[in-house]
Amino acid sequence: MVSSRAVGFLLALSFSCMALLAGCDMVVLRPSGYVAAQQGQLVVISTLLMLIVIVPVIVLTLVFAWHYRASNTKAHYTPDWDHSIPLELVIWAGPLLIIIALGALTWIGTHTLDPYRALTRIDSQRPLSIEAESLNIEVVALDWKWLFIYPDHGVAVVNELAIPVDVPVHFTITSSSVMNSFYVPALAGQIYAMPSMATTLHAVINKRGEYEGFSANYSGSGFNNMRFRLLGMNAGEFDSWLQKARASKDGLTREAYLDLEKPSEREPVRRYGTVTADLFDLVVNRCVDIRKVCVRHMMGAHAEPTRASARESIALKLIAADAVCRADGSLASALASPVYRY
Amino acid sequence: MSENTGLAKFVFGRLTWEAIPLHEPILLATFLAVVIGGLAVLALITYFRWWGTLWRDWITSIDHKRLGIMYVILGLVMLLRGFADAVMMRAQQAIAFGDSMGYLPPHHYDQIFTAHGVIMIFFVAMPLVVGLMNFVVPLQIGARDVAFPFLNNFSFWMTAFGAVLVMMSLFVGEFAKTGWLAYPPLSGIIASPDVGVDYYIWSLQVAGVGTLLTGINFIVTIVKMRAPGMDVMKMPIFTWTALCANVLIVAAFPVLTAVLALLSLDRYVGTNFFTNDLGGNPMMYVNLIWIWGHPEVYILILPAFGVFSEVVSTYCGKRLFGYASMVYATVVITILSYLVWLHHFFTMGSGASVNSFFGITTMIISIPTGAKIFNWLFTMYRGRIRYEPPMLWTIGFMVTFVIGGMTGVLTAVPPADFVLHNSLFLVAHFHNVIIGGVLFGLMAGITFWFPKAFGYRLDPFWGKCSFWFWCIGFYFAFMPLYALGLMGVTRRLSHFDDHALQIWFQIAAFGAFLIALGIASFLIQLVVSFVRRDSLRDTTGDPWGGRTLEWSTSSPPPAYNFAFTPIVHDADAWWDMKQRGYVRPRSGFVPIHMPKNTPAGLILALLSALCAFGLIWHMWPLAAGSFALLIVAAIVHTFNYDREYYLPADEVVRVEDARTRALAAHG
Repeated sequence: MVSSRAVGFLLALSFSCMALLAGCDMVVLRPSGYVAAQQGQLVVISTLLMLIVIVPVIVLTLVFAWHYRASNTKAHYTPDWDHSIPLELVIWAGPLLIIIALGALTWIGTHTLDPYRALTRIDSQRPLSIEAESLNIEVVALDWKWLFIYPDHGVAVVNELAIPVDVPVHFTITSSSVMNSFYVPALAGQIYAMPSMATTLHAVINKRGEYEGFSANYSGSGFNNMRFRLLGMNAGEFDSWLQKARASKDGLTREAYLDLEKPSEREPVRRYGTVTADLFDLVVNRCVDIRKVCVRHMMGAHAEPTRASARESIALKLIAADAVCRADGSLASALASPVYRY
Repeated sequence: MSENTGLAKFVFGRLTWEAIPLHEPILLATFLAVVIGGLAVLALITYFRWWGTLWRDWITSIDHKRLGIMYVILGLVMLLRGFADAVMMRAQQAIAFGDSMGYLPPHHYDQIFTAHGVIMIFFVAMPLVVGLMNFVVPLQIGARDVAFPFLNNFSFWMTAFGAVLVMMSLFVGEFAKTGWLAYPPLSGIIASPDVGVDYYIWSLQVAGVGTLLTGINFIVTIVKMRAPGMDVMKMPIFTWTALCANVLIVAAFPVLTAVLALLSLDRYVGTNFFTNDLGGNPMMYVNLIWIWGHPEVYILILPAFGVFSEVVSTYCGKRLFGYASMVYATVVITILSYLVWLHHFFTMGSGASVNSFFGITTMIISIPTGAKIFNWLFTMYRGRIRYEPPMLWTIGFMVTFVIGGMTGVLTAVPPADFVLHNSLFLVAHFHNVIIGGVLFGLMAGITFWFPKAFGYRLDPFWGKCSFWFWCIGFYFAFMPLYALGLMGVTRRLSHFDDHALQIWFQIAAFGAFLIALGIASFLIQLVVSFVRRDSLRDTTGDPWGGRTLEWSTSSPPPAYNFAFTPIVHDADAWWDMKQRGYVRPRSGFVPIHMPKNTPAGLILALLSALCAFGLIWHMWPLAAGSFALLIVAAIVHTFNYDREYYLPADEVVRVEDARTRALAAHG
C-alpha cells in the first residue's frame, strides 16, 4: 500500500521533471555546430554504455534491500557464504568490458575531436572540400571582456564574434592577465585562455543564429559579465558585418590595446577598423607595452646562449634582472635599445 | 584605505581597524552570534566546573579515542559553517536574475564559494575521516593506542588551528576570492594583493602539517601494532582503507605543502614560479595542486568505503563478500589515483594522446570501484538485513554513488569534458560523489560507532529522519545542477540574465532546505539520544552484533582498550571469537604501560597559528617571535622524559570487575 503510493509519487515526480526538461534548451546536447554536436553525441553514447552496468546495480540494490530485509524470514540466509569465483570473475569482467569499449571510444574520440586538429568535415553529411579556406580568428580574454581579432581582414571587435555558417574557423586563444576559458556551448567545447600561452580550437557553426559565449573559468570579480554573442551569419551578412567593423574610425594600436586591457565590466560591443600587425603575437609574448621584453626573447636568451654573442647574452641577463626588480612594469631605459625590442 | 605607518606598521603590518568588517551587516550579525554563543559556552563550562576535566581529559589528552571524538566535533562544527556558505550561495543563485542582483555582491559571493570548498574538504571531510580512523583503527587492530600518541594530539591541534585561521578570516580581513584551489595568476600578488589568499595559504599549511603527521602515525600504527595473528589479509576492511588513505596522505600532502610554499614565495619575495612574466608558468601550479588534489578525494572516499564494508556485513549478519577482491580493489585505486590528475584540466590544450591516457586511466579506476559496489551488493544477497540508520545510509550511498560514478567517467572522456568542464554538471558530479559517498559514509560511521564512543546508541527515529532529508534533499539540490550544466550554465556565477533558468535554481534551493532539515535532525538526534541515554544504553559493548575487535571492548572502552592483547584467527576476529565461545578473562591482570598527557601539542599548534597570523598580516615581529618560540618549545618538549606511566594492576582489576558486574546485571 505504502510502496505503491511511493511508486506513484516517484512516477509523478519523474514525469514533471521530464516535462520541465522538455521545456528547456539543452544546448550541450542539441548544439548548432558540428564539433559540439559530436561532443554532445559522445556524452549520450558514453552515458548509455555505462547505464548497462548502472541500471542493473541500482535495481539489484533495491531488490536485494527489499527481499533480504530481516523481517522476511522466507528469504535464504547464508551467513558464511563470502566467496564465489565465477561471480568475482563477472563483477570484475563486466566493468572491464565496458571500460574497454569506452576506452576505445575515448581514444578515437579524443583524437578525432582534438581541438588542434583541422576539420575534415563541415557536418555529418558534407566533407570539407580541399580548396575551402578556414577563417582565422584570434581571441584575447581580457579583464573582463573578449577581444576578437580578424587577422585576415584587419579588423577587431570587442564582445561580439561573427562567423559565416559552414565555414571552418581556426581560433587562436590567449589571455591578458588571468586564466579564462573560451566557451560557446552551441559551437564547440571549451579551451583555456592562458596568459603568455596560445591555444587552438577548430570549429564550425552550421546554423544561422545568435548564440551565447562566455568564460567558463572563474577569473575574478567581473567574471559574471564576461559574456559575448556569437553571430552565425550567411556570407552576405558576414561581409556587411565586416564592412561595419572596417568603417570604424578607431584603430587597435598598441596604445589602444593597453587602454582596452584595463579591467572593466559589461563593455558594449566596440569595433576597430584597423589592427596593429602582429598584435596577438605581442599579447602572447607580453610585450604590447613597448618597454617590455618579449617573453620569446627572454626565454631564448637563456635557452640558446650560443646564438647570441657573449656580450648580448650578458646584456639580456641584466635586463632580466632589472625586470625582476621592477615587476610593476616600469622598466629601465636599457630596454629601449632597438636590438632587444620586439 | 588607510595604512599603518612607522612603528604601527612595524608591529601591526597591514592590519588596521578597516580589516574588521563593521560595515557588513551579515558578518557583523554572525560575529555577534559567535561571540554570544562562545561566551555562553564558556559560562556553562565555568558553571559546571568543567575546566579541569576539559584540560586534563580532552585538550591535553593523547588518548586516540578522545582525539577521534574531538576531530569529529571539529568536523561537525565546521560543517555548520560550510553549510551556511552553501545556503547563502543557493539563496543568491535562486533570486539573482535579471534586474535583481541578489543580496551578495561578487566581492562577498566569491569569498563564500572559495570558503565553502576549502572548509568542506579540509575542515569537514578531513577531520571527520581522520576522527573516525583515530577512534576505530587502534581498537580494530587490538592496539592500546596509536604508535605516536603525542604526535596524534599535535596533529589534531594543528588541524584545529588551521580551522581557526579560516574562521578568523571571516571577522578579521577577508578570505580568498579565487576558488578553492587558488589557481594563479588569479591568486598571485598582482590579481589578489589582499590577505585573502594568505589566509588560504597559511591555514592550509598549518592544517597540512597535522594531516601529514597523522598519515605517518597511522601507517606506523597499522603496520607495526596489529594484534598477533592479524596478518595483512586478516585486517578489517576499514583498517585496510585507512592504511591506503594514509599512504596517500604521506605521498600527496608534501606536494600540497610544496606548491603552496612556492605560491607564497611568489607572493612574499617576488619569485616567479607561477607568474605570467619572467619564465613563470601558472599551469605548473595547476598540475602540482591536482597531483595532490586527486589523491585527496581518494583519501576521503577510501575510508568511507571501509565504513560501508563494516556496516554492510554487520547489519546483513554475514561475512563480507569477496574480502580479497575488496583489498585488491582498494590497493589498485590507491595506485591509480596518482595517474589521473590531468583529467581536471583536459581543456588546457594538451595533445590528444596525453588527454586519452589520462582519460582512460581515470576510467580504469571505475573497474575496482565497480567491483567494490558488487561486493557490497553480494554481501546483501542472502543476508538478513536490519535497517538501522547506518544501513540506510549504505543503501542510499550505493544508489546515489553509482550515478556520481557514471557522471565522473563521463567527464573523463576528454571531448565530453570539453563541453562539461567547469559547468554546473561538474559541480553536481563532485557533490554527487562527495555527499553520496564521503558524507553518507561518515554519517553511517558516526551512527555505527557512536555507542562504542559514548556508551549509548543514537535514537534511530531521528537518524532515519536525518537520512531521508539528506538523501532526498541531495537529489533536489543537485539533479537540477546536472540539467543546468547541460544547458551550458557555468559554475561560480552570482547573477543570471536568462529567467528560464530560475526554476532550476529554486528547486536546488529547496533541496538545500531539505538538507538543512537533515542536519537539524542529526543535531536533534544527538540531544534526544543524550536525554534518553538510559534507555539507549549499550552495556554489552556489542550493540549491533559486531564482527571486528572494537566490539569486544566495553562501550566506551577503557583508556587502555584491551586488558590483554587479543589473538586473531580471522578477518572477522570478534565474530570468530564469539562463534568459538570466547570467555572474557577475569583475573591475571598486570600493570599497563600508558602514554602521559601533555599540553605540548596545543602550545606548538598555537605558536604555529600565531606565526601564520603574523605572516598573513605582515606583522614581522610577531611572525619571527612566534617562530622562534615554536622552535624553542619543540626543543624543550624533546627534553620531557616524563612521557609514560604504568596503570597499576589494581586499577585494571577495578575497571574490568566493574565491566563483569555490568555484563552480569545485563543478563
